[in-house]
This record gives sequence, structure tokens and C-alpha cells, in this order.
Amino acid sequence: MHELSVTESILSIVLKHAQTNKAEKVLAINLKVGELSELVGDCIQHYFDYLSKGTIAEGAVIDVERSPIIFQCKECEHSFEISLKDSKDFACPRCGGAKVSLISGREFYIKDITIS
Amino acid sequence: MADIRLIEIKEDILSDNKNLADEIRDMLRVHKVFMLNLMASPGGGKTSLIINTIRSMKDTCRIGVIEGDIASVVDAEKVVQEGIPAVQLKTGGFCHLDATMIKMALDEMDLKNLDLVMIENIGNLVCPAEFDTGAHKNAMILSVPEGDDKPLKYPLIFSVCDVLVVNKIDYIGVADFDMGAMKERVFKLNPEINIIEASCKTGEGIEKWTRWLTDEMNAYQRAVR
Repeated sequence: MHELSVTESILSIVLKHAQTNKAEKVLAINLKVGELSELVGDCIQHYFDYLSKGTIAEGAVIDVERSPIIFQCKECEHSFEISLKDSKDFACPRCGGAKVSLISGREFYIKDITIS
Repeated sequence: MADIRLIEIKEDILSDNKNLADEIRDMLRVHKVFMLNLMASPGGGKTSLIINTIRSMKDTCRIGVIEGDIASVVDAEKVVQEGIPAVQLKTGGFCHLDATMIKMALDEMDLKNLDLVMIENIGNLVCPAEFDTGAHKNAMILSVPEGDDKPLKYPLIFSVCDVLVVNKIDYIGVADFDMGAMKERVFKLNPEINIIEASCKTGEGIEKWTRWLTDEMNAYQRAVR
């Protein structure tokens, strides 16, 4: 729902880096978005096409790479992936510890861009 | 033809918002003001919880409220009737409050004469969770009639909050709501979260909530002294 304001930020960050690197054109943008985010990739592309008209980023293809939800056990430091659909257990599968912390799944950044 | 190059960026998409949110926390620190961001669905009980909080805490601390709404000013009017300063932000269709909007609201408030600012975010479980408002703590409400499956549907908001108020517990028995299953789902996403069962209508659990809020505010004020 907030893809428009997010896309404005993406465009301004991309243009900033494109200029620093003296790009003539931005061809592709790779985003890294955690599984916990509700962001819709198709919407971002749609808004981006609209917002980037007339800039060197016009026509760039956006790819969203999702990063999994990973917890780390505070007892034994074992890391393990969680699927949201499997709602049964989130204790550490190695030692059974219940104290865990989220180490991946909330990412929200621009990983790289391809320019010419 | 020009070379094609891959440029590594690794820049947070919301970094501008995050930086402004940090500036807001610096500004609040100067005046020792504690700020709480309250999120929930439309009708979850945000305004009712704020009114209840004002009634039980206004004699012991100076409160201000920032009301976020898409179009109306009805919530701010209710707060002002309690004798509390309120700033209404009308987002004109925007689905969340961000640091820029909060900064504008705070600039309208007399921070040196406040101890606590409560933000009533836009009624929405999706977007507000992504944007740092500059608040010190994030709270959310899940009301019983909304159902116990919400943590499965809107995981992010449950993962970013410090406290969850389960409101309208007077509906338990009428609604098909499994408290145990809901809590298990929430703890799965956020093992550190505090869960408080309450009813803004009957007043049950409100004291527990204001105690949590007071403890957090006191801890903050001790730390910035």
C-alpha cells in the first residue's frame, strides 16, 4: 500500500549512485526484501515506470530478491529458518532453547544496480 | 557502446526516514520527552486506549498526542476534550505516518512542557510497521473481534512492536478467538514482546498497560538525565 513512497526513495537513491558512477543509463535494480515485509514487487515496478519517466533510470527492470526469516538461538547460537505457514514450533531445533532472536527477514535495501 | 557495469549499493531504501527518525529522538532527548507510537487496525481501539491512558496518567505526567488520520479531525477533538494538547495530521490518503510528518507535528508542540507524546498512527496493520516515526517504543493493539490469525497475516507489525495490547477482551466468549494460539503465533515472531490483555470498555487490564508505559517512560527519563 505504501509502495509509492518507497518507490520514490528507490528512485532517488538509484539516481544518486548512477550519477556518482557517471552512468548514461540504469538497466537493472536489485532489491533485497525480507520475507516479513508486505511489499509487492509488481507494484514497485509499476510505480517506478511512472516516476522514472524522463530520467536515466527510465526502463530499468526491478528484481526483488526475498531473504528468508532466520532466527538464532541465544543459548547455542544455532541459526535456523522459519516458515510462517508452519506455525507449530519456533524453539531451537538443535538444543530446544526458547530464547531466539530474529537475524534475517526484515531487510529492505537496494543491493546493486546495473548501469551502462 | 558503453560498458555495462554492476554497482554494489547496499543502501537502505528507507535510510532518509531512518536518519530523520534518529534526529527526532535527539530532539526529544533534549527535552526528556518519551514518545510512543501506537498502531492498530481501524476500529481496534487506538483512540479509546489513548483516552484511557490520558485519564489515568494526566495527573502524574504531562501528555501530548499526535493524531494521524486520512481525512477527519474527530479523534483530535476527543483528545482535546480531555484537556490534552493534540496535533492532527491529515495524510490525505496516505496509509502511514513517517518521520517527516511526525517532525512537523512535534514542531507545533511545546516539548519543554511535555513528558510523554503518544502518536496515534493511521488505522492499518501493514504500512505503519515499515516506517520509523522517531518514537522510543512501538505499541500495537489487536482487538478480539479481528481474530487470532492476524499475526499470520501481518507478521511485520508484530515483529517490530515492544508491546501488544489485546483489546476488547470483554468479547471473548462471543468471538471465535483462541488467546493461546494467538500468543503462540506472536511469540514466534517476537519472543521479547509484552502482551497485555485489556478492555477499554470495562477498564480491565488498563492499569497493567499504564504501568508498562510508566515503567518504560521512567527508564528512559532516568537514562537521559
